[in-house]
Amino acid sequence: MTTATAAVEAIGLRKDFGGFRAVDGVDLEVRQGEIFGVLGPNGAGKTTALRMLATLLPIDGGQARVFGVDVAREPHRIRQLIGITGQYASVDEDMTATENLWMFGRLQGLRSADARATARRLLAQFDLEAAADRPIAQFSGGMRRRLDLAASLITRPPLIFLDEPTTGLDPRTRGQMWDTIRGLVTEGCTVLLTTQYLDEADQLAGRIAVLDRGRKVAEGTPAQLKASVGDSTLQLHLAPGADQEQARQVVLRVAGAEPVLTPESGRMNVPLDTADRAADVLIGLRGAGVSIASVSVAQPSLDEVFLALTGHGADAGEDDARGGTDGTDDTDTFASRPTDQIPQEVQ
Amino acid sequence: MNTASPTLAAAPPAATAYRVDPAAAVAAARPRNTPAETVSQTLIMARRALKKMRRNPEQFFDVTVQPLLFTAMFAYIFGGAIAGGVKNYLPVLIPGIVAQTVLTTCMATGVQLREDMEKGVFDRFKSLPMARIAPLAGPMVADLIRYLIAAGLTFLTGVVIGYRPHGGVLGVLGAVLLAIVTGWSLAWIFTWLGTITKSAKSVQGISMMILFPLTFLSNAFVPVSTLPGWLAAFVKVNPVSHLVSGTRTLANQGSVGAEVGWTLLACLVVVAVFAPLSTLSYRRHL
Ligand SMILES: Nc1ncnc2c1ncn2[C@@H]1O[C@H](COP(=O)(O)OP(=O)(O)O)[C@@H](O)[C@H]1O
Ligand SMILES: [Mg+2]
Repeated sequence: MTTATAAVEAIGLRKDFGGFRAVDGVDLEVRQGEIFGVLGPNGAGKTTALRMLATLLPIDGGQARVFGVDVAREPHRIRQLIGITGQYASVDEDMTATENLWMFGRLQGLRSADARATARRLLAQFDLEAAADRPIAQFSGGMRRRLDLAASLITRPPLIFLDEPTTGLDPRTRGQMWDTIRGLVTEGCTVLLTTQYLDEADQLAGRIAVLDRGRKVAEGTPAQLKASVGDSTLQLHLAPGADQEQARQVVLRVAGAEPVLTPESGRMNVPLDTADRAADVLIGLRGAGVSIASVSVAQPSLDEVFLALTGHGADAGEDDARGGTDGTDDTDTFASRPTDQIPQEVQ
Repeated sequence: MNTASPTLAAAPPAATAYRVDPAAAVAAARPRNTPAETVSQTLIMARRALKKMRRNPEQFFDVTVQPLLFTAMFAYIFGGAIAGGVKNYLPVLIPGIVAQTVLTTCMATGVQLREDMEKGVFDRFKSLPMARIAPLAGPMVADLIRYLIAAGLTFLTGVVIGYRPHGGVLGVLGAVLLAIVTGWSLAWIFTWLGTITKSAKSVQGISMMILFPLTFLSNAFVPVSTLPGWLAAFVKVNPVSHLVSGTRTLANQGSVGAEVGWTLLACLVVVAVFAPLSTLSYRRHL
């Protein structure tokens, strides 16, 4: 095998739940040794895609290979190459941390003494030694995640799937988990992770695929992705009675971008290349006599990325077009979807 | 949690300097389990089930209380009416109760498997390169203990209230063994139910619907000769009747009758059908 073999290569990946298409023709290529992020709101199909790649769900259409091994045809071999840490901890709640790791080690063919040594090594590595003999039921969310990740690493598989590894963790534990994930890559692992947070994908991933309603709507480096929405966002709240249309024209002229109106009247978000442009906009507004109640400058949120990429916000994914079974039009929906404002494969 | 170290020991200790080698991992990945691995994985799963039993002893409530209670209750309530006395009724009743308790224990196997399968840890079992039958067969191996307790305790209760099996120690041991084998085999039906139903509750409901007619429309508690013709016809083909008759001949006469053969044959068929069905449905369904 050459180093050119992709860690994951998926073409036209598809999953139907009854009449509902949860994953709809997704192509993914994850290179060896990188952290690849799959970004998308709740219900986008991230978990489903991951579970198909990890042999936990049958693949309904398309093809997937892991290090050149076909996922559908050789699931048993795939299971020797991957570790998966789900959105919800998949460890035995009634057993202690050591017992869990020992059991998973034994199930994968380690001898008893080796399984015990591996358990000890992993518990030390994940800072769980003090809790080694406590039942999992007493673990905090962060400890559970770490144990779950440790359980995925027993045989040091070359590919690790992480499904929303930090959702629900407090900021400190989240940062620790990020360090741990970076550590995996320095050992030579490849990591495919899903997340709902743009900043998480930004922090960790070398490349990102954005998933929306089962389809890939964009792919690229975090920088490329953010460039498509601007580096930061100016959030304006106009004073009561201020002329919204006039404000829009000032923004368009100064920032060179259309402001995004938010549902509350008098509020608008302005995508900016750099945060410095905020001052220009404010000066422009004062010059035009538009008075302002409050301003703030923020990083673009996932919602704004989604708005820019798909024309709808991140939350909309769940309800509106979801119920309809629009997946029946043709099999190659991905290729035929409109791609005008989408930075496809921007490299 | 540990408060002394503010940072998680994320990077591996420098001493190990381990590098994952994907090419080597792919070359080492084997296409399937060996039979020896399957057996070993099943035993590891059995060990897990035993550990759970030790930690939740209330699981043994049904296999201990039912034999004690039902044996004494049935003996004193029906003894006089059916056999003209408790002592005469016991040789008929005890094998019947053995069959009944073993069957209810089977049901618990299916219900508990279903409950267990809903837990997150089953996701991990599925993602590991392990035999698909191991998570099903493991708990069943551990459940052999339940059948032993259920059958053994029933005989013991019988002896305490005056049952004197003419088959002797060997006959009784044979009867207990037959009950264990039958229980284990029939449990595959309930394991299969566990893999196809939506919840533990529905396993319980369906199991009850199967078990009640099977145990009560058998020769477990009454002689067939007292039944109307149409019912007797069903009772005679009911596999539970064969188990009960087989257990009776072993315990009361110390001989291996044809009924024992029929029972074992039925067991074989059940396992041959339902073990692959269960594995298949576990593989596909969850
Ligand atoms: N087993 C299932 N049966 C039916 N629908 C499902 C099932 N699993 C997921 N879905 C649906 O598929 C969509 C994608 O789900 P999921 O992959 O979990 O999204 P994500 O992980 O991105 O939040 C959702 O609308 C979800 O309701
Ligand atoms: Mg998910």
